[in-house]
Amino acid sequence: MRNTQATKLIFELSQPGRSGVCIAESDVPNQDPAEWFPTGALSATPPPLPELTEPDVVRHFTNLSTLNMSVDTHYYPLGSCTMKYNPKRNERIAAFDGLAQIHPYQPEDTVQGMLQLLYGLQNMLAEISGLPVVSLQPAAGAHGELAALMLAAAYFREQGENRTIVLAPDSAHGTNPASARMAGFDFVTIPSCSDGRVDIEKLKEQLNDQTAVFMITNPSTLGLFDDQVREISDLVHECGGLIYLDGANMNAILGITRPGDFGADMMHFNPHKTFSGPHGGGGPGAGPICVTAELGAYLPKPIVGFDDSSQTYFLDNNRPKSIGRVRSFFGNVGVLVRAYSYILSHGPIGLKRIAENAVLNANYLLSQVSGFLDVPLGNRCMHEFVASAESVGKQNGFHQPAMDIAKRLLDYGYHPPTVYFPLTVHEAMMMEPTETESKQTLDEFAKTLETIVQESPEVLAMAPHSTIISRPDEVQAARKPIMKWTPKQD
Amino acid sequence: MPYVFNTDDERSEMLAAIGAESIDELFNCIPQDMQLKRALNIPAGLGEMELTAHLQALSTQNKSINEQTCFLGGGSYDHFVPAVVDTLASRGEFYTSYTPYQPEVSQGNLQVMFEYQTLICQLTGMDVSNASLYDGGTAATEAMLMAMRVTRRTQKVVVASSVHPEYRQILETYFACIGTEMVVVDCGIGTMQAAAIAQVVDEETAAVLIQNPNFFGNVEDIATISEIAHAQGALLVCSVDPISLGILQRPGDAGVDIVVAEGQSLGTPLLYGGPYLGIMACRESFVRRLPGRIAGETVDRNGKQCWVLTLQTREQHIRREKATSNICTNQGLFALRAAIYLSVMGPQGMQSVANLCTQKAHYAAAELIQHDRFELAFGNGFFKEFVVRDTQNDVQQLLHQACENNILAGLPLGRWYDELADCLLITITEKRTKQEIDDLVNILTQ
Repeated sequence: MRNTQATKLIFELSQPGRSGVCIAESDVPNQDPAEWFPTGALSATPPPLPELTEPDVVRHFTNLSTLNMSVDTHYYPLGSCTMKYNPKRNERIAAFDGLAQIHPYQPEDTVQGMLQLLYGLQNMLAEISGLPVVSLQPAAGAHGELAALMLAAAYFREQGENRTIVLAPDSAHGTNPASARMAGFDFVTIPSCSDGRVDIEKLKEQLNDQTAVFMITNPSTLGLFDDQVREISDLVHECGGLIYLDGANMNAILGITRPGDFGADMMHFNPHKTFSGPHGGGGPGAGPICVTAELGAYLPKPIVGFDDSSQTYFLDNNRPKSIGRVRSFFGNVGVLVRAYSYILSHGPIGLKRIAENAVLNANYLLSQVSGFLDVPLGNRCMHEFVASAESVGKQNGFHQPAMDIAKRLLDYGYHPPTVYFPLTVHEAMMMEPTETESKQTLDEFAKTLETIVQESPEVLAMAPHSTIISRPDEVQAARKPIMKWTPKQD
Repeated sequence: MPYVFNTDDERSEMLAAIGAESIDELFNCIPQDMQLKRALNIPAGLGEMELTAHLQALSTQNKSINEQTCFLGGGSYDHFVPAVVDTLASRGEFYTSYTPYQPEVSQGNLQVMFEYQTLICQLTGMDVSNASLYDGGTAATEAMLMAMRVTRRTQKVVVASSVHPEYRQILETYFACIGTEMVVVDCGIGTMQAAAIAQVVDEETAAVLIQNPNFFGNVEDIATISEIAHAQGALLVCSVDPISLGILQRPGDAGVDIVVAEGQSLGTPLLYGGPYLGIMACRESFVRRLPGRIAGETVDRNGKQCWVLTLQTREQHIRREKATSNICTNQGLFALRAAIYLSVMGPQGMQSVANLCTQKAHYAAAELIQHDRFELAFGNGFFKEFVVRDTQNDVQQLLHQACENNILAGLPLGRWYDELADCLLITITEKRTKQEIDDLVNILTQ
């Protein structure tokens, strides 16, 4: 039960003269600011923001929040995003005054606890990745990719080499090619074989003295571990290139295998996925990168160091080969604090259990849905798998099979899987249950999916039926974009 | 194992359904010689109580701004955060959701994005805003890359030395990869001078980047700089302090083409530097070159007004190597915080806070320079930060002395500007009281 008043646009709730804050008079003598600034620098009127009371604002945003599905309220098997439970203990910890209320330019001797935490996290990520040197600076996974590719470019420049090509398989995240371009490389796509693995023959054809980096997501976006990864890395290394591991899927292999041990030279973590940072409706993330000892000197600066003689932690800016900064201040520290807390909650045994249970849950869900949905890449997977709604759709006359099933899931109270990605599977439905779901939830979800694929195409085509809106017109939104509210003209 | 549900019995049932003997078997796809045959060498797992105690101990080894008075700024500011921001932003439905790929069950987040975009346009006077970037520094960089796409000029950009030094370092890092020349214009008198910029901006220049108020706290003459840049067909990109827009002219009204900002001031605590909020807004004609997510209005199947992610063909998940940026995860939670902050502040609140900042800053500066030891490096034209010169050239001793008295007195500028090695950047937000300012002056002049 909800009336629509509170969820009107906040601008429509505005009443001239209302105010949500009461700000005290200045306790210093007021002067005329016009004396201080260039002519025209001051505005005659304040910015035309809405005028609301605090209770207006609370009711508005509280009601808006209830229009979302979220991990706290719903099963959310959005493949590739690792929508696992976000532990509440991490939230309380991250809000401690000594962690949240410190300024990035405070003297280092007043933030030794924070530096110790970040230093500890660097070391733990190095151990988990098998790559010994770590920068915590990048702000998201894609930003980590970009930083690492910039680092590769700097490394090759120093070697006196002009390598211009970055390669990645067709199943790669879109961020891989986009990052390659931003780092100044040309990008070449390598096809996958029908079994989802990299087509090694095609890769060989592309490898030459121009090859800078091969980017691989392993386990892949298809939820498969490419067992050729060492052969691939040998081939790339032989021609003088580097291997980048997109760490989006690290949840599947924590404590089981390490990218540094299977040939990666560089990688990023997505702590908001693997280490449970809340996704915040789109972010923040963080994108720490780990590299080999040889590449360590090129990492963005600063990184946290420890001085043995004084037994103190410090921001190490004295790194002459560093590519420089990729972000202001230290990085997305709040996300990193949660990652630290999460890793320490688990320890070595717990981290491995995460991977085991994530993989068990995914395989179990696969076994439960493969009776009525094609899973083209076999009956085993890692932390996620990609089903195809193509044949069931044809058989039952669905209009847009993956889309229709996804929309119908909403009626049953489930967030759908990722659909239409990866691009290599038709009518793809990419399901990642994560380890923080029970067998009962997976059973109910699978049963629901089975019910849905047996429903009539008409019911599916018109789904969702129970949500506050249904199938927005995205074409119109893009053709005539309206990106802000404007006052109605009377 | 705090967050795994399944019991041993259930795991056995699940394995049977899968047709696997053991969990280990599920990992057979990983060649044995790649598997780690030992436990990870990290500390043993902690229960919630021990974990909390450990982090409490680390936390207390940091001196928070609640234990000292903060006059530090330089892009990260101790502004007051109303309680409603924390309360509303910590709702699980916002906090634990993700990018609104399914609009039917994300109307809350999408409407917040749409409202955020509108609020940013209202605040900056620009036509369109995206739904956020990582932080102020990367937003400035993305804006310059965008300006290069808009102008189709990739050779050269011009940047004022009064732009945050770390933002300039980020630009250097990015441009080193793509071979764009970055000309830095010296702002030795504290602001960008028309003559200096006119000398370097030419027909190859994609954009001029300034900051307002600039890194030294001084207000730039945007109108003049805008004329010079536009005369050569270059765009003007301006990084602003959103709080200052409570009283300063909006950049959109002053001829700026792309506005960026560090949005931390709008309701986010210091967090030792992040996560923060990258704000970016521009002219409508550039919208298809804008990086980042954008929410747009449309109607649903039944004609009902609603919101969706729009113009996605700009983005990496569709366009791959031809995307306007590689950004995927952004700062949704901090855009939400900014939207709540701006909604609760309103025009009067923003004006009052901005006025308090600048009144108190000018009071502090005036008090300090009553003492012979101090002089203003650049005069009176500052907003909430100012550069003060220690004529005895002993900034470190001053800082140390203040620290002893639980005051973070300011930011020493020598690390970035050799000629300002005897200077401090002092920041005054609305939170600083007259008493605190007087205490600062007393300590520094003892």
